[in-house]
Amino acid sequence: MDNIVFLIFRRMRRPLMTLLVVYSVSILVLTLIPGQDADGNVHYMDFFHAIYFVSFMATTIGFGEIPFEFTDAQRLWVTVTMYGGVISWLYAIGTILTLIQDKTFQHALSEKKLSRKIQGMREPFYLVCGYGETGSALVRGLTDFNQHVVVIEIDEDRRNLIRIDNLRDFVPSLHGDAQKPLHLQEAGLEHDMCQAVVAVTNDNDANLKIALTSKLLHPNIKVICRADSHDVEKNMASFGTDYIIDPYDTFAMSLAIAFQVPCLYLLQRWLFSADDQLLLEEPIYPPKNKHWVICGYGRFGKSVYERLKKESLEVVVIEADPATTGEPVEGIIVGRGTEANTLSLANIEKACGLIAGTDNDANNLSIVMTARELNPDLFIIARQNHSDNSSIINAVKADMVMHPSKIIADKIRVLLGHPMLYQFVSLAYYKDNEWACELASRITALVGQNAPKLAEITINESEARAVVDVLSHGESVELEDLLRDPWKRRDCLKCIVLMIEYQNDRVLLPSPQTQIKKGDRLLVCAGSAGFTRFRWNLQHDNVLSYVRKGTVVKHGWLWEKLNKKKK
Amino acid sequence: MNPEKVVFGFFIVLALTLNFGFFVGELDNPDHHHVYELFAVVVVNLMATVLKFGDRSQMGAVLLATSLVAILQLIAATLVWTVAVHITGDGLTPAVTASIVSLSGGAMLANVISVILLIIETVMLRR
Repeated sequence: MDNIVFLIFRRMRRPLMTLLVVYSVSILVLTLIPGQDADGNVHYMDFFHAIYFVSFMATTIGFGEIPFEFTDAQRLWVTVTMYGGVISWLYAIGTILTLIQDKTFQHALSEKKLSRKIQGMREPFYLVCGYGETGSALVRGLTDFNQHVVVIEIDEDRRNLIRIDNLRDFVPSLHGDAQKPLHLQEAGLEHDMCQAVVAVTNDNDANLKIALTSKLLHPNIKVICRADSHDVEKNMASFGTDYIIDPYDTFAMSLAIAFQVPCLYLLQRWLFSADDQLLLEEPIYPPKNKHWVICGYGRFGKSVYERLKKESLEVVVIEADPATTGEPVEGIIVGRGTEANTLSLANIEKACGLIAGTDNDANNLSIVMTARELNPDLFIIARQNHSDNSSIINAVKADMVMHPSKIIADKIRVLLGHPMLYQFVSLAYYKDNEWACELASRITALVGQNAPKLAEITINESEARAVVDVLSHGESVELEDLLRDPWKRRDCLKCIVLMIEYQNDRVLLPSPQTQIKKGDRLLVCAGSAGFTRFRWNLQHDNVLSYVRKGTVVKHGWLWEKLNKKKK
Repeated sequence: MNPEKVVFGFFIVLALTLNFGFFVGELDNPDHHHVYELFAVVVVNLMATVLKFGDRSQMGAVLLATSLVAILQLIAATLVWTVAVHITGDGLTPAVTASIVSLSGGAMLANVISVILLIIETVMLRR
């Protein structure tokens, strides 16, 4: 507010001074010019009448001559002052109007409004820095899951996209450089309800600075950062950034999962997806019998190359500009990969798979189409760089589409919402494919084809009161008990406990006989009905005793008295 | 030399000197206190107030406050004058003159503070 008042006052100094001068000169001269009263005597106008006259004259020019009709000398002066008064008023009003239209002024106004809105937030929110490809996908994902988000974006045009993007929740957005601590503070970094800061700008240094500022100004906050180079990653890790996400490594990791545990890849896509209508697809098995061709050896290509090497596959790399990208030990085929002859040089006819991984969507599509003509049986992985190109990338029907922005956005959303799910997938990576396929079919059998709901539940007083109560009496509770249907205990709930975490000990798909301890954290996957009943089991004493023993404990003062008498 | 500072200082000091000019003389003698002088005091004080607008410093805020006090006192004085001369028709009796002049005396005190603050600010300015 101060800002705006000062801005107005500062700008209004000159027009106000002009008005003052014009008024005072007009008044002064009016009192000095001799006039005549009705009887023809000389009469000097006094200050009171002069001020009165000038006040209504300068604003309206519709007036009578008071207190007596003017002499010609007075009229001459009044003619001058009329123009002076009108012009100085126009000047003053004009200045105010310009001020209102002024960019700085409007910026100050909207900033003020925004920071008031952010200060007034009463629900947890996340602060997202950068509204590019990744940022917009992330914000959409978070708002679709009813989370609140505040965005800082340096580019005015991209910030305006937020209003057009038709998000489910209102997203306050600040136009500013997130590297400056002031802007982060304005966006609510120090707000009690700020849960996490996500730095997904396209500038490594900016992300680093944001992470550092956030950790210093609000140490308890979760900080998630995007980093493209390993140096920056190390730097970020050094001051305790909670999660550092390298888009290319993340991508390569997904690829590795797809190669080694295809079912887990599907399951991950299904569980991570922001789209709850997404159906679980049939698993696809990338072939490993012949060599693979990678087009593009940038940061992305390199990550993928290393992953494929770890799978001990034979890899041929095609790159248009090996001077800047460097080349792998086997050497490189120079070319863009969009022409048939380059692809033939890479022996595409004998290859089993192709990765179109350049940073240009049109080139990737061209590579895929050309390669298909040469070898229709290729297994094709296409990289999608821009979300606008979804329709054409889908039309080419690649076996796998990797869209780094979307992968990162999904990953961050999972890290913010269900960090345990992320750990679950990292651990499941070391299981074999049958395990993952069986899990996938178990989940679909229980919750249906649509993406299931997930929740993290901690066994404590607020989330599992009844269980804590039973445990504190020294009795034991088995996981199996909690998964019985409170309507009919012989039936099982449509609910799967994916993981139990106790301190740093994590068990995947715990056995039904697992003993529940206080402080356990459960990752539960269920349909919506399953959740409601599962929560009953955790919270209600009667329900819990029914599912555990099949008997209902009679509560209440009267029932307790009666029970005692019987005994 | 900053021309803005010259104008600023000029008006603040002028406000005080004119105010003093109006104030000196016998307290209840209307011949010692001319209406044009009062007019000049009011106008210059108004100008000084406008010049103090929009200064974000602590000093600027206090300067603005003293000016507002002076203006308030002077407006009160002119109102007393107008009421006595035009509305009740008593004219400038010694009692009315005394109250007008003492009100302007209060305004002068505020103007003195203004000038002192200006001097302090100038003295504290080191380069």
